[in-house]
Amino acid sequence: MTHLAWLLPALPALAAVVGLFVGTRVAGGPAVPAILGTGGAFVMSLLVLGAAEGSPAKVHESAVAWTPIGGQTLHVGTRVDGLVAVIAVMVCAVALLVQVYSTAYMAGDPRYSVYAAEVSLFTAAMLLVVVASNLFELLIGWELMGLCSYLLIGHYWQTEGARAAAVKAFVTTRFGDAAFLVGIIVLGVHAGSFEISRVLAAPGPRGGVFTAGVILLLGGVVGKSAQFPLHVWLPDAMAGPTPISALIHAATMVAAGIFVVARLYPLFLAAPVALTVLGIIACITMLGAALAALAEDDLKRVLAWSTVSQLAYMAAGLAVRGWTAGVYHLLTHAAFKALLFLAAGSVLRTVGTNLMSQMGGLRRSMPVTFVTAVVGAAALAGLPPFAGAFSKDGILDAAHERGGALGTAVYVVGLLTVLVTAAYVTRFVVRTFLGDYRGAADESRPRLHESPLVMTAPLVALATAAVVLGLPVLPHRWGVARWLDAPVGTTALHVAAGGVVLSTALVVVSAVSVYALWRRDPAADPLAMLARRPFANAFGVDWFYDRALVRPLHAFANAILRLDDGGLDAAVEGSGTTATGIGGALRRLQNGNIQTYASGLVIAVIALVVGLSWVMA
Amino acid sequence: MALLLSALLFGVGVYGVLARRNAIALLMAVELMLNAANLDLVAFDAWFKDTMHAGQVFALFVVVVAAAEVGVGLAIVLAVFRLRETVAVDELRELADVDPPVRADT
Repeated sequence: MTHLAWLLPALPALAAVVGLFVGTRVAGGPAVPAILGTGGAFVMSLLVLGAAEGSPAKVHESAVAWTPIGGQTLHVGTRVDGLVAVIAVMVCAVALLVQVYSTAYMAGDPRYSVYAAEVSLFTAAMLLVVVASNLFELLIGWELMGLCSYLLIGHYWQTEGARAAAVKAFVTTRFGDAAFLVGIIVLGVHAGSFEISRVLAAPGPRGGVFTAGVILLLGGVVGKSAQFPLHVWLPDAMAGPTPISALIHAATMVAAGIFVVARLYPLFLAAPVALTVLGIIACITMLGAALAALAEDDLKRVLAWSTVSQLAYMAAGLAVRGWTAGVYHLLTHAAFKALLFLAAGSVLRTVGTNLMSQMGGLRRSMPVTFVTAVVGAAALAGLPPFAGAFSKDGILDAAHERGGALGTAVYVVGLLTVLVTAAYVTRFVVRTFLGDYRGAADESRPRLHESPLVMTAPLVALATAAVVLGLPVLPHRWGVARWLDAPVGTTALHVAAGGVVLSTALVVVSAVSVYALWRRDPAADPLAMLARRPFANAFGVDWFYDRALVRPLHAFANAILRLDDGGLDAAVEGSGTTATGIGGALRRLQNGNIQTYASGLVIAVIALVVGLSWVMA
Repeated sequence: MALLLSALLFGVGVYGVLARRNAIALLMAVELMLNAANLDLVAFDAWFKDTMHAGQVFALFVVVVAAAEVGVGLAIVLAVFRLRETVAVDELRELADVDPPVRADT
């Protein structure tokens, strides 16, 4: 089955093409090719998962020659191992649920067919990154994702905010991608090949150039996975439709950064400096993003900050050699974050606003959404036995085991973040679902009701996953570790009982204190004292970029524009107007009366004759 | 003497071409100028006593070509008259460079 892995990206890509060109003419509408394509890829990914686990060879490669480049032939193909199979299932499952959910969420949207095709293309691009056997093949999928995120974040392009957010996401990730491209070239040249297998196995001295290449690679990872200092695009990306947020935050885009680190992990092991850099970035991002989530009133932005923070967990896990724990957290996070976003979408569609100060009391009118969102929230906070708890504790345990300055830093910051995470998660639940409805009480008040079945069914499916994915860590036979062959030199996934007790205690303490604060005044924000700077503006990173980059660039561009208008353009236009003016004077002679011309002729001849005879004389 | 006559003829021709409005008169004036040149050719032929009589031969050629030219010219005048009901050359100004219409994008 693994030799058919190329079907994974091919099926959604085909669905995208069909949906884009004939989507509105297909019987049943544009949803049919989108769901069929993604569903086909999902079935395929399950088959690949079964085959990857059952066969003795751990890595399955198949490739065909594509194009010669710089003296060697570039191959295009697939490289399937346990990691790829597991991630592919995750991507396909979330994408399929998002497509199903979108049929109701985007119902009535005039650009639904384009939307569905773009989601399919997004899925295809992510799957291409996942199965790619070649760094350039991976880069193509990587860049396609950048394009799709731009298109989908800017889906509501009639609004100013969506356009700005789309451009911001594109430009910010581009910073990282530029480094990523250079990193690929450095590593490929170093290894003498761009095939992932040969890049990983490249022998020889691995000096400063190699380390620089790995760190450049990290630049792309930081951009795509929204880590500090390139995290600023992700919260703004909430301007897109909510199912897209679920897709970007769980299955595609941000997962790609972490996946690439996991995929190319031997390179990172060989360049410890890169791992240290990754760990430091992760520590800053983890806590900073969680604190920013504390003060946010916009429901979707709370979830966006939590994604940034959770991605930092994964990055930290990888940085302290907890490879399995990091990848495991990527899986569990995909389940509960997709769940939370889809639940948020269900809430937003009913309430008609993103602001939690306009919500409250939704547990009665939206019971399914409420229960599933609480499951997701518990998993995000890391409350056993929900999924997030074990993967997060696995990371903390790996950090503890790693020891040293980096391990200790990750461990301490990780525990602090557990505390903060539980606080903002509790705040999110009580502000949205508990208490009384705080929105408009007059006739503009929306009719509060549960969402249709096509929206609640994906919620239930993901909630089940958010519970079930927590279990495999216990009996090892069924654990994800069965598929995840950790590279040599990494820490195996295990969860110490003491660690679980400690972090659970932190979660409970934090959640209970926020709940107690809220009970004193159910209408108010329990953490209102934090809802100001520096938390509310996320430590001013956006402000800093605005002053340090955006405004100087705008000023520079305006100066260039003035130079162009006043200098170059004026010179070009001036030559034009001068020629027209001279021509205008000459044009008067061309009056159509041939006798005038003939008179000119005679006068000229006389002048010539007189002039010549005067010269001759 | 012949040269003076020729110059006079040519001057009359030039005047006719420049001052007459009637296209047929214009053609006749052109004939005057051509024949002034013919007179010069014949006169110089006699003056230099050219054994080949190139001047006379050339004059005959000019007569033939002028006949053809008048044929074409009169045909044009006829066609113009049928179209415009006038043969006044100062009214036939279609080839004048008039101001172009103002373009929308300027």
